[in-house]
Amino acid sequence: MKSSVITFPGSNCDRDMDVALKKFGFKNKMVWHNDTELPKSDLVVLPGGFSYGDYLRCGSMASKSKIMKSVLNFANSGGMVMGICNGFQILVETGLVPGVLLRNKYLEFICKNVFVKINNKKNTYFKNMDNDVLEFHIAHNEGNYFCTKDQLKEIEDNEQVAINYCNRDGDLEEQFNPNGSIKNIAGIFNKEKNVLGMMPHPERMIDASLSGEDGSLFFNNLINNLK
Amino acid sequence: MIVNEQVAIDHGLKKDEYIKICELLERTPNITELGIFSAMWNEHCSYKSSRLHLKKLPTKGKQVIQGPGENAGVVDIGDNDAIVFKIESHNHPSFIEPYQGAATGVGGIMRDVFTMGARPIANLNSIHFGSPQHKKTKNLLRGVVHGIGGYGNCMGVPTIAGQTNFDSSYNGNILVNAMTLGLVKKDKIFYSKAAGLNKPVIYVGSKTGRDGIHGASMASASFDEKIEEKKPTVQVGDPFTEKLLLEACLELMAGDSIIAIQDMGAAGLTSSSIEMASKGNLGIEINLNKVPCREAKMTPYEIMLSESQERMLIVLENGKEEQAKKIFDKWNLDFAVIGKTTNSKKIELFFDNEQVADIPVNTLVENSPMYDRKWKKAKLPKKNKIKNEDLKNLKIINILKKVLSNPNVCSKEWIWQQYDHTVMGDTIQKPGGDSGVVRVHGTDKAVAASVDSSAVYCWAHPLTGGKQVVCESFRNLISIGAKPIAITNCLNFGSPENEKNMGEFVECVQGIGEAAEYLKFPVVSGNVSFYNQTKDEGIKPTPSIGGVGLIKNYNKMITMDFKEFDNIVLVIGKTEGHIDQSLFARNILDEKNGPPPEINLFNEKNNGETLLKLIDAGLVKSAHDVSIGGIITAVSKMCIKGNKGINLKKPKYLINEIEYFFAEDQGRYIIEVSKDSLKKVTDILNKNAVHYDELGTINEDQLFINEKTKVTIDELRTSNTNWLTNYMSK
Repeated sequence: MKSSVITFPGSNCDRDMDVALKKFGFKNKMVWHNDTELPKSDLVVLPGGFSYGDYLRCGSMASKSKIMKSVLNFANSGGMVMGICNGFQILVETGLVPGVLLRNKYLEFICKNVFVKINNKKNTYFKNMDNDVLEFHIAHNEGNYFCTKDQLKEIEDNEQVAINYCNRDGDLEEQFNPNGSIKNIAGIFNKEKNVLGMMPHPERMIDASLSGEDGSLFFNNLINNLK
Repeated sequence: MIVNEQVAIDHGLKKDEYIKICELLERTPNITELGIFSAMWNEHCSYKSSRLHLKKLPTKGKQVIQGPGENAGVVDIGDNDAIVFKIESHNHPSFIEPYQGAATGVGGIMRDVFTMGARPIANLNSIHFGSPQHKKTKNLLRGVVHGIGGYGNCMGVPTIAGQTNFDSSYNGNILVNAMTLGLVKKDKIFYSKAAGLNKPVIYVGSKTGRDGIHGASMASASFDEKIEEKKPTVQVGDPFTEKLLLEACLELMAGDSIIAIQDMGAAGLTSSSIEMASKGNLGIEINLNKVPCREAKMTPYEIMLSESQERMLIVLENGKEEQAKKIFDKWNLDFAVIGKTTNSKKIELFFDNEQVADIPVNTLVENSPMYDRKWKKAKLPKKNKIKNEDLKNLKIINILKKVLSNPNVCSKEWIWQQYDHTVMGDTIQKPGGDSGVVRVHGTDKAVAASVDSSAVYCWAHPLTGGKQVVCESFRNLISIGAKPIAITNCLNFGSPENEKNMGEFVECVQGIGEAAEYLKFPVVSGNVSFYNQTKDEGIKPTPSIGGVGLIKNYNKMITMDFKEFDNIVLVIGKTEGHIDQSLFARNILDEKNGPPPEINLFNEKNNGETLLKLIDAGLVKSAHDVSIGGIITAVSKMCIKGNKGINLKKPKYLINEIEYFFAEDQGRYIIEVSKDSLKKVTDILNKNAVHYDELGTINEDQLFINEKTKVTIDELRTSNTNWLTNYMSK
């Protein structure tokens, strides 16, 4: 399986994603934001970080990068595109996934382990996943997902919610919501479910020595689903 | 502007220093030259009060590749890998403008590390604030934490450990000390020594603005009521540009075009160009019209003294300019050839086709003032006798809860959750343990780092306190299974012109030196911050020690959380019952006098090295050093982290139970071992003549001494975790 990770000026989880993808069998290439063409890929990843310093609005400038034209075409023709953290913010800015990401409710950067419940397994990202709840890791300042009532209805009708913040047992109460996201939303699909944006970083959970290993479950499952 | 004695004094120079400048130049300096002298000769850049004493620190060792004098120290960790590290203060700016002050402190120290060719892999910090009740404390704390996070998080470098203390002596002068570790290949280390004639001098990074002019001079003076007027001297950070600068520099460093490189930190273009020329015994000629400026009509004076952030000065091989420029263009950074190296041994500056400065380099560096300041030796205070009736009405569990919720003991999760501590995917011990640990990417090795200070001990007796901080750093590395390699120190003190404060400095440095020498734990880098005082009131002497150690196989790393029921808990090292200057004495008995606990360097080394042997043999399940709050505080933290309890035996000692549990004798560790390996462990301890007591066994969920003296771990956790969150949300 071939993957591509885009590096924007200010990306800082690009290497971590490269390490993770390779660990689980992807042949990964790093792609510079100023390039115009994507290499042949089964998966394109927009990594975390602070693209363009988060100036103007998180993800806003990166969404206008040269390479993003190719990424948009790729996504619109059904290609798998995953945006993690800042990558999610970029996806939101391109309009590939609906909604916006506001500043965290308590106005502070949060770095910690969280639990997320998989809301929809009828897609290439989560199909065949045994677990319903995964322990992931977040590190962000603007992960407070918001959308209008109409948008929310549409998102829910189309089963576009990918994962929600919860506790170990999968309870979706407000107290398990780290950043104030509407309906505890941690990740969301486009209508077709080939584009996924999420705040948590599975690439930081790929080794028992790190924060945990549920990221390994995610990547293993993903590459198997792509095969 | 005409330069005279008054103008020199307004620049922070002393009268005799101004006379010396005129003598050295054999004329009156012009204003640009005076500005350059004032920047180079202030305390912050010249170390004029401290140099004499710093010379006595041990700086060499088997693993030391580079000691003090470069941008940062470098130590060898085997396999052609080296760790570059340093700690630096940003105290004065952080008090004036906490967010930017702290942020640029973090930015500055990272630049020092990547200037040497190393990719930063971990950040740490030591921050000190005034009393929690002081009206400024909360906002300063919030601003500093946001600033540290804002910069480090954006750079994508994990913040893996730190310490936060509160004491009323910092009410008017907070401390923000930032430390960075970087990883470099031993044969690709870059230095600041210029070499060769007519080599192009290159400016890269951000444009130069009017921010931070005279920042270093401001950091070399005490505060008074006009402090708010100093806001314009605080630099403004742009972590995004620094991230680009990091990547661009590392890309350029992968080739072979750099002769020397130096970041523009304190005193900006002035100190960077002079440093490179001085080390290379060369001259440098700069055309200031070529310097990329952010604002119009900047004068030579302003350009030379600006402390705009995220800039570097490079001496390049001839003919490599185009190739280098391409890299900086790619990262959207300024790149300008601004001058060349010469054989004049002078700094020659030109602006609008006129020479605006002409100063021999040695007058700025070798001839800079050095003072042997007067200092007062501190007496060892008399021990207090604690009477049994003082202790009679005290209940251990009540005291324990108070200690665990003390601002200096309580969990700092509210702070470190705001720092990205997991980016780069190699953090294997997060903040909250004895040291932070990151793997050396792609290897079995890991590097541990910790930052410590014990201002109360240093205040009570500077010599003992100085030794103690080094020992504490040593212990924090050992208790997670790392072999200590070297330290960096950030020496925060009051005014060197005050004999008492100067004495504190001299004796702390002496203590640091003695301990570092004995423990073979040399000082490879550091910084001095004097004038941490407002009017006549100085801070408690606060040397911060950043220690670095190596774990050869990261699977052998130890954490402090209790692991298994029924395992045995031992305390290594002897408990004599030293209560003076303990948290218990100061906060429970309200006794602020007396000597700090003694340091026995032989025991310190022997206990530590023996524990490392136990860890290496795989006999230790968890470990934690005993520091403020004594044995019972250390054990409680291990219970809280592991979500387990402990049955504590009644100690078989003549001293009171309270003294046994809360004393702060040094050189001690708590360890957890399995029943099966207890004999092996005690054999090794006995063989090495290490004293130990058996404390008890691990149970499910409570700290149990007897039926009347017990508490659930949940209750202890609440005491430990709630204080800071509640304080910040009020």
